[in-house]
Amino acid sequence: MIPAAFEYAAPKNVSEALAMLRQHPDAKVMAGGQSLLSLMKLRVASPPMVVDLGRIRDLSYIREEKEHIAIGALTTHTDIERSSVIQKRLKALAESAEQIGDLQVRNRGTIGGSLAHADPAADYPAAFLALEGTIVVQGSSGTRTITADQFFTGLFTTALKANEILTEVRFPTSPTINGSAYKKMKHPASGFAVIGAAAVVRAGGQLRLAFTGAASHAFRAKTIETALSGKKLDEATVRAAMEQAAQGVDLLEDLFADKVYRAQLVKVYGRRAVLAAVQ
Amino acid sequence: MAVSKLFGASIKRRDDPQLITGKATYTDDVKLHGLAYAAFVRSPHAHARITSVDTSKARSQPGVAAIYTGKDVADKLNPLPCAWLIPNSDLKVPPRPVMASDRVRYVGEAVAVVVADSRYAARDAAEAIEVSYDPLPVIVNQEKAAKPGAPQLHAEVPNNVSFTWKVVGGDASAAFASADIVIKQRFLNTRLIPNAMEARAATAQYNSATGELTAWLTTQNPHIHRFVLSLVLKMPEHKIRVIAPEVGGGFGSKLPVYPEDALVPFLARELGRPVKWTEDRRENYVATIHGRDHITDLEVAAKKDGTILALRGVTYANMGAYLSLAAPGVPTILHGLILPGCYTIGAVDYTVHGVLTNTTPVDTYRGAGRPETTYLIERAVDLVAHKAGLDPVEVRRKNFIPKDKFPATSVTGITYDSGDYHPALDKALQMVDYTGFRRQQEAARKQNRYLGVGLSSYVEICGLGPSPVAGAVGFQGGLYGSAMIRIAPTGKVSVFIGESPHGQGEETTFAQVTADYLGLPLDDVEIISGDTATTPMGWGTYGSRTTTVGTGAIVKACDKIIEKGKKVAAHLLEASEQDIAFEDGRFFVKGSPERVKTIQEITLMATLAWNLPAGVEPGMEVSAFYDPPNFVYPFGTHVCTVEVDAETGQVKILRYIAVDDCGRVINPLIVDGQVHGGITQGIAQTLLEEVVYDENGQLLTASMLDYAVPKAGQMPRYETARTVTPSPHHPLGIKGVGETGSIASTVAVANAVMDALAPLGIAHLDMPLTPKKVWHAMQGRKGGAR
Repeated sequence: MIPAAFEYAAPKNVSEALAMLRQHPDAKVMAGGQSLLSLMKLRVASPPMVVDLGRIRDLSYIREEKEHIAIGALTTHTDIERSSVIQKRLKALAESAEQIGDLQVRNRGTIGGSLAHADPAADYPAAFLALEGTIVVQGSSGTRTITADQFFTGLFTTALKANEILTEVRFPTSPTINGSAYKKMKHPASGFAVIGAAAVVRAGGQLRLAFTGAASHAFRAKTIETALSGKKLDEATVRAAMEQAAQGVDLLEDLFADKVYRAQLVKVYGRRAVLAAVQ
Repeated sequence: MAVSKLFGASIKRRDDPQLITGKATYTDDVKLHGLAYAAFVRSPHAHARITSVDTSKARSQPGVAAIYTGKDVADKLNPLPCAWLIPNSDLKVPPRPVMASDRVRYVGEAVAVVVADSRYAARDAAEAIEVSYDPLPVIVNQEKAAKPGAPQLHAEVPNNVSFTWKVVGGDASAAFASADIVIKQRFLNTRLIPNAMEARAATAQYNSATGELTAWLTTQNPHIHRFVLSLVLKMPEHKIRVIAPEVGGGFGSKLPVYPEDALVPFLARELGRPVKWTEDRRENYVATIHGRDHITDLEVAAKKDGTILALRGVTYANMGAYLSLAAPGVPTILHGLILPGCYTIGAVDYTVHGVLTNTTPVDTYRGAGRPETTYLIERAVDLVAHKAGLDPVEVRRKNFIPKDKFPATSVTGITYDSGDYHPALDKALQMVDYTGFRRQQEAARKQNRYLGVGLSSYVEICGLGPSPVAGAVGFQGGLYGSAMIRIAPTGKVSVFIGESPHGQGEETTFAQVTADYLGLPLDDVEIISGDTATTPMGWGTYGSRTTTVGTGAIVKACDKIIEKGKKVAAHLLEASEQDIAFEDGRFFVKGSPERVKTIQEITLMATLAWNLPAGVEPGMEVSAFYDPPNFVYPFGTHVCTVEVDAETGQVKILRYIAVDDCGRVINPLIVDGQVHGGITQGIAQTLLEEVVYDENGQLLTASMLDYAVPKAGQMPRYETARTVTPSPHHPLGIKGVGETGSIASTVAVANAVMDALAPLGIAHLDMPLTPKKVWHAMQGRKGGAR
């Protein structure tokens, strides 16, 4: 478990980091290091250079803005899990954060690092999609935003470009969020999501439901959202609607869960998340 | 007997503060001047010919001190021996080179080693070594490996069958012919990875001026390691010192002598420079032994009243690619002889084939053979109950060996020392409120909820063991305990023991026994182990043996101290030796308690030797060896209740109750700790852990991302209780307890899950009972699919 030799740089601000990335196109960006360092120790990844964003202090914050809540990319899972703002207003996100890995991982790992890494079994992506988040990205040509729906493009791949750095995650707070929840089956070994379901109910009866751990990347179950929008979300209604939840999804298959079993988990955890969000 | 004050007290483990605060020295903590680091190149193939090993690139890398390939060491080192040569089994031991030179037989087998100035340089250079392989056909499954036409691993072992061992007693054929009920069931016992928290490591130093080698090793048995190293390294044994510093868990996985244990000292000798190797977790998963892995077809003959008449079966035990040090004895002596469990069973006809496959070698893992037995017999009892329409409790009661039959000789030829099985079962049932739970279960079933209760009434063979029996069953060593007691002039006691505890708590329990016996405060007694240079010859810590054979030796040594003390006291007190009594650390004249000398005074006088009686040697130092007359047979009943989530197949343990009888208890806190740890490992086998190889011999569960080592949060609260049935032949009446948890718990949980699923007509599922497996089994069954 010893990584190959690599260069290390710790820029003090985002523009310095961007300059380094321009200079070293093979460099890997590191936030909390909870995914990258393991891959390097296993020599699955051997980047010639690591650009450590960890010293950029002003990328760690949780702010209540008028129309959204803004979270700095380097905010740790522990900070998110313990934030009273997040617990009160973005409960599904707090519930996602508290179920990530273990205490050490949550103290070091960051929301920006996790989203950019786009592990198919990571916890945030479901809540990020269901809460209709947006990420703010800085690149050489300035700042742009990417919506959650556009962000995940495949297994470990996102709409982020090579020389871009994810700096902030935003969650709209209007229409008012009446309830949200994240329900997860933890892999008994890795702690990753075998299935993770996030549900968000907003004023006006709008429902959002997203899954992580089920497919090559997290996705929204739009058929279910449509079927249940405006309906009274009682157990029987939600249960019936969930029968369609896994349809058309190319489900993951691994030692712990085959496709048939995962389809069942999508239905069960989808229902549990929706009912918990309604409560 | 003097024991009274400390015996039975829940004293906290004395070694914990240093372990918890990071003050302990493990093998990787040993720092030596000029230390170099070794890194291994391991085979990525399960079976292949090595066509070339190109070390040229690696040799030119910075910091590289030396590189050795399998060919380089082949003439310099003897092969690793197998040391449990079970008789009457047509045993064939294939040669096991310390590094492969022409052929590899499992993923992870070492083919080359780099020594460099740093761990980093060593690892980088190892990555630069290019080995070419010509892949050969691979066989992973032991049953298929024994079939004609299967890929062959070793020319010395035709059909890959390294032994066929049988235990036969009574007339099984007659019993089956007369049986009302015959159960036939295939049972798979999962292959497991021991996962000691500290992986293996070796640090070695060679003094070329004196020819002395010192090896710090992660071993459970330093004296066995020294013995084997002298054979493999072709070095005289007295020139080798093996030290087991703190060892971070073994569970049997640090019993065998491994290639690295010999290679690191070899490298230190060759280079004249100290060398260290520390296994990483990925290596640990392929290069350290695995446990269990049985395929068993078992038949049970019973009467319709639940009386079990006979057991008949065949097991294919997967031994891996080579026979590891103790491996042949595990699925045979330690497994087959105890097959009847707690029951009076009139006939056994059981065959075990030990089969070599292209997998990591399998050897001793906590319980070693006995958990496999308990799993078979306790599943079988439940299947009989199911088929006969009886309560599993009643079938157990009906077949228990009665209290008045002990010592009881089984049809397999072993003699259980003592037992009283009903009270432990009664206590367990009372604690779980068995009838109340059955009512609750009935009500839950009506709501399509699946509750289950599972029992495991176990007996185990431990406290290994009498040395003559060891010899008779082919164990190439003795199995006695040893202790040397040295009392310093100031009356402080050092007890040097031949066993090598590494977390079992004997630093504390042995001090309790010694202090009680000699009438001294606990703090005046130190237990010293794990160094062949200072401790008497001993056979190590495994098989729940350390406390039984170790206290046997300590008691004998204490008796020698007291005997000598009486001679000295009689001389000083001007009384006859027969008139001297010893109590609470004081030698006094019977009837005249004012004529007294403390053990400290007597020790000082013995040490100064100014005025000793004729024929008494100076000093207060004695040795004793204790060879037990028999094994000890702890027993008990564990009971577990579960609920199965019909939607997801997840098993939730509601309660876990362990009623154990390990005879008299020195320290209840430590016994509870041992039981807790064992139960955790056992539950993990039932619900979480499973080694999976693909058909190419690649380990799919190759890291803790996929292989589910249990975590505290996944385990229930444990409720423990005990009954006390002393061992009649042990001087303190104690039995071992290190393995009972893992021996009992696996099947208690499995039986509970099967009980929960019984209304669906599911009689048996193999471990691990993962959510996926349970959910699939429930589909299409009445009330199962939702």
